[in-house]
Amino acid sequence: MTRIDVRKTHKLYINGAFPRSESGRTYEALDAKGDFIANMAKASRKDARDAVLAARKAFGGWSTRTPYNRGQVIYRIAEVMEGRRDQFIAEILAGGTPPKRVAPCVDASIDRVVWYAGWADKYVQVLGNANAVSGPFFNLSTPEPTGVVAIIAPEAPLLGLVSVIAPAIATGNTVVVIATENHPVPAVTLAEIMATSDVPAGVVNILTGSAAEIAPWLASHMDVNGIDLAGVTDPALATELEVAAAENLKRVLRAPSGPADWLAEPTLARLEAFVETKTVWHPIGV
Amino acid sequence: MAPTATASLRKTLDGLPGVDQVGLEARAAGLGTRSIKTTSKQWAIDLAISMVDLTTLEGSDTPGKVRALANKAMRPDPTDPTCPSAAAVCVYPDMVAIAKDTLGDSGLNVASVATAFPSGRASLAVKLADTRDAVAAGADEIDMVIDRGAFLSGNIDLVFDEIVATKEACARPDGSHAHLKVIFETGELQTYDNVRKASWLAMMAGADFIKTSTGKVQPAATLPVTLVMLEAVRDFRDETGRQVGVKPAGGIRTSKDAIKYLVMVNEIVGDDWLDPDWFRFGASTLLNDLLMQRQKMLTGHYSGPDYVTLD
Repeated sequence: MTRIDVRKTHKLYINGAFPRSESGRTYEALDAKGDFIANMAKASRKDARDAVLAARKAFGGWSTRTPYNRGQVIYRIAEVMEGRRDQFIAEILAGGTPPKRVAPCVDASIDRVVWYAGWADKYVQVLGNANAVSGPFFNLSTPEPTGVVAIIAPEAPLLGLVSVIAPAIATGNTVVVIATENHPVPAVTLAEIMATSDVPAGVVNILTGSAAEIAPWLASHMDVNGIDLAGVTDPALATELEVAAAENLKRVLRAPSGPADWLAEPTLARLEAFVETKTVWHPIGV
Repeated sequence: MAPTATASLRKTLDGLPGVDQVGLEARAAGLGTRSIKTTSKQWAIDLAISMVDLTTLEGSDTPGKVRALANKAMRPDPTDPTCPSAAAVCVYPDMVAIAKDTLGDSGLNVASVATAFPSGRASLAVKLADTRDAVAAGADEIDMVIDRGAFLSGNIDLVFDEIVATKEACARPDGSHAHLKVIFETGELQTYDNVRKASWLAMMAGADFIKTSTGKVQPAATLPVTLVMLEAVRDFRDETGRQVGVKPAGGIRTSKDAIKYLVMVNEIVGDDWLDPDWFRFGASTLLNDLLMQRQKMLTGHYSGPDYVTLD
């Protein structure tokens, strides 16, 4: 007897819960052959607003955790991802990635999360500095999280997604992510992982839908402190977003010029992208 | 207390029809789904701002905080002169003089809680002294609490008499009265029937306003409770010709909630109550959300908590 497929209608991930889009809209995710995979929630600007609210609420707690603890939480993400490895492989395969590249991509994604988990309690030592000053003072610069960061995730199904989320949360930011419109299913699975690992509600919020529709609202949102344009390929949209982001002096991380090689060993660039340097003076005692 | 008055009061209250709980909650939820957009929303937000009783009722209140709050009530958005001011500032009796002094001749009222707020557990003499104190300090409105213990144990005459006595204590030497708002603390009244009874009781005793909650007990104001009270003031006016105001307080934090209440006012009692003289929101954080929504409507992009005051 053949079993009937369980047809899925995926939802958004906001504040640790899985709501439908406030607008009630959905769209169909299709595989490489154009066949139906699942219904996706199509997020509206109000979903983006709710996500920012959740991220702001979570920021205080997440940014003040010890870096060591943030590293543990992010490592836990990798642990849960490992258990879902086969599911990721199936989903990415359905998305049309050539079969022999799928498993390496999933493995690299999990390793990427571990890599950033390791950096969580080390980047301060590398990006910070004890500055030499002409007086009897300690002069210390330390990186502090920027705040709420909006991320337009790149097309690369899972690897691109974790490569932009992990560094932002490792440094204590909270994020609102717009998953890639065409291959959103792995992003939903990642959301389920976030919900079942130790990541506090609101630290990572994942929206599915049209980046061209939602991103301008995030770029102009006065309570968003940074925006990562990793997945914006349309130069006109990128310009529009940068202009909107200027209104409250958001930190903007531009998309890499040319095709990005997410498999390559990352640098500290993404950890450095969404931190603010604080410098304090302290008299040198005896 | 003359036994005839008691008997007629009981007769009226016992004659009130019971509340259909399921129907009431469905009606309130149904009214909450109305979509208010664009210019209607702008109008509703401005109206809601003008209905806010900006409230601070904390043990940690300081003169400085009350002054800051009073200034905020006068000019909720200092960057925008078209932004309406709030209706009143609501404080404890000992802060009335400070609030009054700050508000000056701005036309905003000072509301003071009284009668051993929030529990109401004190002798009548203490409650009345509390009230007279607040009136003498210049309070324009008195928010009294009813004795819920007496109400729940069926001693409604006591509740009635206390409201009458407090109303008398609201009198000023020049013959005018401070407006009397009667707080039921609906979260402690258990049933909607009790809310309806308490509404009639308070109105018959002379309340100028009926108010849901102190804000110190959960649940505070809810849509169904406010709906019962709105029906009561509507029916009371039909019967007696006297209009009484309604003030939901506590737990209303977002513009969306506030607009739901305004929709309900419009549907249940109509235009006559869509006015700060007859409908108020007792709130503190609500005003910031209204201001952020207002900024959003004017600028076209979402605002954030960095652009409103921390209270």
